[in-house]
Amino acid sequence: MLEINNLHVKLEEEDKVILRGVDLSVKAGEVHAIMGPNGSGKSTLSYVLAGREGYEVTEGTATLDGQELLEMEPEERAAAGLFLAFQYPVEIPGVGNMTFLRTAVNAQRKARGEEEVSAGDFLKLIREKAKKLKIDAEMLKRPVNVGFSGGEKKRNEILQMAMLEPKMCILDETDSGLDVDAMKLVSEGVNALRDAGRAFLVITHYQRLLDHIKPDVVHIMAAGRIVKTGGPELALEVEHNGYADILAEVK
Amino acid sequence: MAVLQAKQDALAARIAALSFADKGWLGAARKAALDRLAAMGLPGRRDEYWRYTDPAGLNAAEPAPAALFDPGAEPQLFDHMDRVKLVFVDGVFDPRASDDPRLAGVEIERLTEAGGRDAHWARGLYGVLEAQGQQPVARPHAALNSAFATEGVLIRVTGRAKKPVSLIYQRTSEGSDAILHHCIKLEPGAELTLLENGPAAARFNKVMEVEVADGARFHHIRGQGRDHQRQAVTHIFARLGRESLFKSFTLTANGRLTRNECVIELTGDDAVAHVACAAVGDGDFHHDDTVFITHGAERCESRQVFKKVLMNGATGVFQGKILVQPGAQKTDGYQLSQSLLLDEDSQFLAKPELEIYADDVKCSHGSTSGAIDDTALFYLQSRGVPKRVAQSLLVLAFLAESIAEIESEDLAEEIRLRLESWLHRHEH
Ligand SMILES: Nc1ncnc2c1ncn2[C@@H]1O[C@H](COP(=O)(O)OP(=O)(O)O)[C@@H](O)[C@H]1O
Ligand SMILES: [Mg+2]
Repeated sequence: MLEINNLHVKLEEEDKVILRGVDLSVKAGEVHAIMGPNGSGKSTLSYVLAGREGYEVTEGTATLDGQELLEMEPEERAAAGLFLAFQYPVEIPGVGNMTFLRTAVNAQRKARGEEEVSAGDFLKLIREKAKKLKIDAEMLKRPVNVGFSGGEKKRNEILQMAMLEPKMCILDETDSGLDVDAMKLVSEGVNALRDAGRAFLVITHYQRLLDHIKPDVVHIMAAGRIVKTGGPELALEVEHNGYADILAEVK
Repeated sequence: MAVLQAKQDALAARIAALSFADKGWLGAARKAALDRLAAMGLPGRRDEYWRYTDPAGLNAAEPAPAALFDPGAEPQLFDHMDRVKLVFVDGVFDPRASDDPRLAGVEIERLTEAGGRDAHWARGLYGVLEAQGQQPVARPHAALNSAFATEGVLIRVTGRAKKPVSLIYQRTSEGSDAILHHCIKLEPGAELTLLENGPAAARFNKVMEVEVADGARFHHIRGQGRDHQRQAVTHIFARLGRESLFKSFTLTANGRLTRNECVIELTGDDAVAHVACAAVGDGDFHHDDTVFITHGAERCESRQVFKKVLMNGATGVFQGKILVQPGAQKTDGYQLSQSLLLDEDSQFLAKPELEIYADDVKCSHGSTSGAIDDTALFYLQSRGVPKRVAQSLLVLAFLAESIAEIESEDLAEEIRLRLESWLHRHEH
């Protein structure tokens, strides 16, 4: 589903290289985890895939179901089925959460030539999904992420994911800042979406999240490259020994 | 001396072709205004109050012609509303296009008809608030208006008006030069919503004097015509009695030059005055809000919310002053002026001022200029919202606090829709 080949990325405004040849292949139905020390380029990879400005791809390709991602506008990538749950969800004063989500859902449908959802159906659907994530009606009415706690913001990301039903979901440290209960809610939200036609790329530091969302493949990223790939046991190894051993071994 | 002479010369040229009507009580008021005007002359670039706005176009003997704007299929503002319509075409009242002005609790008269009598309630208002508003800063175009206005309405409200009174300023000529003067008096406990909209004239000078007596409530919603080349100088002078409410909101889209002055005096305890504006300008657009609020009584509240969206070299100006007089304890004054600059060619010039002579007051002011938040834009796009829609959402979000000053949700929604379609037409 997601194919990344030899991706090199530098900052647009500076001569700073961040990604140095990332290769990754995620198939439909799979869950991949990416772990790695701070600053290794995990968030950069997710931003570049989602189409954020400020980065320059100097080499390599990335495709989603065969479509060239890097040529598309961010909104086109979203309509094509890509979703990024942000490490730091953005606050947007003055734009209501509900208005935002309905605009997004209908814009994606329109881009795909589908019919818009009626206001009534949308309300029914969002209430149902919000309830499962313990997001109350009050939070839906408030401006996007404004005044939300860290945990509320992360749950709001998962709500957006549930409403948009993307096929390729990237979760960037969605577990950070969550207490045990919130972690459970978020994991349940993710697991409810798992199916044969959908894939996940879960960026995390902790085995904790992977206890709930069981990965098929685990990658270790360091200094802008994927340095090691293995099964779920790789995450356990990191949990017990940290990154030092693995990094020493690949050097 | 040379400067003063220049002001006098400009004045002589400006009024050479205007006719002066000296009949009735209005004639006496006009005479007094002309004397005030003669002492001031017209404003010049060296005047501190005109530092950011060039008055040349307003001073000129003839108005610069302004092309008529074709609104296409878009209905006029407030079109669907139940209201009493009073229509002016190129500054002249058109009785046939207007509604029957009878409305329970409201007396509506035409200035040109009522002005010739010996006595009238408006005698205590016409030119009176304007004259008071000439201190401490001169407002020559307002005095010029009082002296030479050719039309206007006198509205006296004794009860709660069932529907809004709606002043519609149509325009059919490219070179019209209109001077309108309205007086509105709300008796104790009365309530009125006044709507204004339309491009009015190539050059429009309008004064509105409003007296809001004890416990009365006045709501004003104005949509300033969007003809690109029109010029306008408008003044609102308001005096507020005890526990009265004055709320004014203006939407300005386009116009080569707009100077909106608002002079409010809170003279009764516990009075509330809110003034707000949402202005959007693209290209050759200069929009100046100049506000002067005097707190002269205890426990009054004033609130100013001015927001401007500027692109392609548009200019926004804000000069706002809160004056708290001795003894005006427990004053609550708030002033916000902000601009959203959509490119680097546009600019916002702000001069917020506080002058406080009482010790137990709460006054705050803030002025900012900023660009669209790229992070928010990306976040919206990453959810599938197209860039131009995302930008509109963020612009409307920026303006939201000023639109929130409109009490009627229907009117607020109408203003929002107008802004949306404007943004749609001016995508960049
Ligand atoms: N926009 C940016 N400006 C400056 N430095 C950046 C920017 N984006 C990323 N970096 C740098 O690139 C490196 C990788 O960052 P990031 O992708 O956030 O890593 P991770 O998510 O793995 O912690 C870090 O050194 C970070 O400081
Ligand atoms: Mg990160």
